[in-house]
Amino acid sequence: MIKHVVFFLPFLFSVHLQAQDAAGLIKAIREKLEKINDYQADAELRTNIPFLRVPDADVSIFYKKPNKIKIKNKKGISLVPKESVSISLYSLLSGHYQVINAGNDKLNGIPVRMLKLLPENENADLVLATIYIDVSRLLVLKAKITTPENGTDEVELSYGKYASASLPDKIVFSFNTQEYKLPKGVTFDYDDGSPKKKPAGDQKSQRGKMEITYQSYLINKGLPDTIFK
Amino acid sequence: MWPLLQIELFKIFRKSRTYISFGAIAAMVIIIQAALKYDGKSYIEFLVGGLKDSLVIPYDHILNGYFVCFIILNLLLIHIPLLIALVAGDSIAGEANMGTLRLLVSKPVSRTHLLLMKFLATVIYTAGLLIWLAFISLALSILFFGTNDMLIARNDSLEIIRQNDVLWRYLAAFAFATVALSTVAALAFLLSVFAENGIGPIVLTISIVIVFTLLSEMQIPLYDRTVKPFLFTSHMLAWKGFFYTKVDASGSAIPGTIENLHAIMKSFWILMGYITGFVSSAIFIFNRKDILS
Repeated sequence: MIKHVVFFLPFLFSVHLQAQDAAGLIKAIREKLEKINDYQADAELRTNIPFLRVPDADVSIFYKKPNKIKIKNKKGISLVPKESVSISLYSLLSGHYQVINAGNDKLNGIPVRMLKLLPENENADLVLATIYIDVSRLLVLKAKITTPENGTDEVELSYGKYASASLPDKIVFSFNTQEYKLPKGVTFDYDDGSPKKKPAGDQKSQRGKMEITYQSYLINKGLPDTIFK
Repeated sequence: MWPLLQIELFKIFRKSRTYISFGAIAAMVIIIQAALKYDGKSYIEFLVGGLKDSLVIPYDHILNGYFVCFIILNLLLIHIPLLIALVAGDSIAGEANMGTLRLLVSKPVSRTHLLLMKFLATVIYTAGLLIWLAFISLALSILFFGTNDMLIARNDSLEIIRQNDVLWRYLAAFAFATVALSTVAALAFLLSVFAENGIGPIVLTISIVIVFTLLSEMQIPLYDRTVKPFLFTSHMLAWKGFFYTKVDASGSAIPGTIENLHAIMKSFWILMGYITGFVSSAIFIFNRKDILS
């Protein structure tokens, strides 16, 4: 019996250490993100949703801790997915989760640690999140977030000159989209006779993509709550 | 040429029924503008459907003058042919009914010249009606709702056009609409040659436009393949093509572009062919007709 315990003890200890290590990693990233109380950023927004034809737009992005985000088109109209303005890495990492180490991988040649976050509260908005962490820089490079309403959304983050503040230079957000249809008797579209391009696969399960390329940040200058209304 | 055209224009604008069209358009446009001013959000919610659950919809920005004008044109340009027929269908048959046609053709002017001037006067009336429509639907909408980017709701997609990319599209669309409505005028003009009373050609023109519009919009594959490409009503909607933009490989709309200019030009030439055919037929028949009234 003692022999068995002695045999399994290092393994159990290693699992415990790994779990502690994963939670510590999350804590370290959260502490880094905690230093950002608010920011205002200028960015270019590129939307690629199968049923939406929108030119690229210059936008201002406002963030206030813990989870207030607003994307505002400087000159006109942008249609952005609701999930994109509700996901904040800080608020994501501030929840109460069981953190499970999911191994190591590489993202664009960068070694990453994969962690799975399982909410402790069964009524949480989140079902599961998988995050990919560049351990050497303590940066989240990718997150897959599964929610009961929207399925799985993905966020990929690239860092540059604002990496020290954990703020990305580029975010690519991909998400599930719905089908869009209006009766032809309402729109009276002009039929130019060209064959209609059918999207590959089932249109109901098409994915949309939104790319935000940040140009500059103004960090911790103080933002009034009225901006987010 | 000019005195004859002046006389024909005088005849058109002397009749009180001519102004019914201008009044009807003003009334319809103001009713739509008032409704959208009062509850435009509900209309936008209807257009975006279930997307309002997944996208952030900036209702206040979408409800602007360019958007309102497009809604008005979408609703009205189907009905305006009826107002065009009121004048064009009466241009020859009305004279026959009043007994002035025989007197007119006895003047030292060729029948061809006479008919061309009558048709030109009808086209000027059509253009005038569209300029009036442009003024109250675009200028008043901009005044009441302001400007912003323009949202276009198509059957299977939504488009956003930047506000600095909109006005030239409206200019092109109104110019195209003048050609499209001149086709209806030419049809009514042709039918007017056969009648001794203006009511017949007006009702017949309206009936043809309704039937052709139904065939154009029913989406029955048999008609779509065989009949629809040849109906002038299918091509009259090409003004909307100026508001459809190209997209790049990543799916972003390219400002300043038209999705299918070739198709719009094809529709333009088909409509011009119809106009030429209708007016030529009218001249051919009128030149051989015994004018007894």
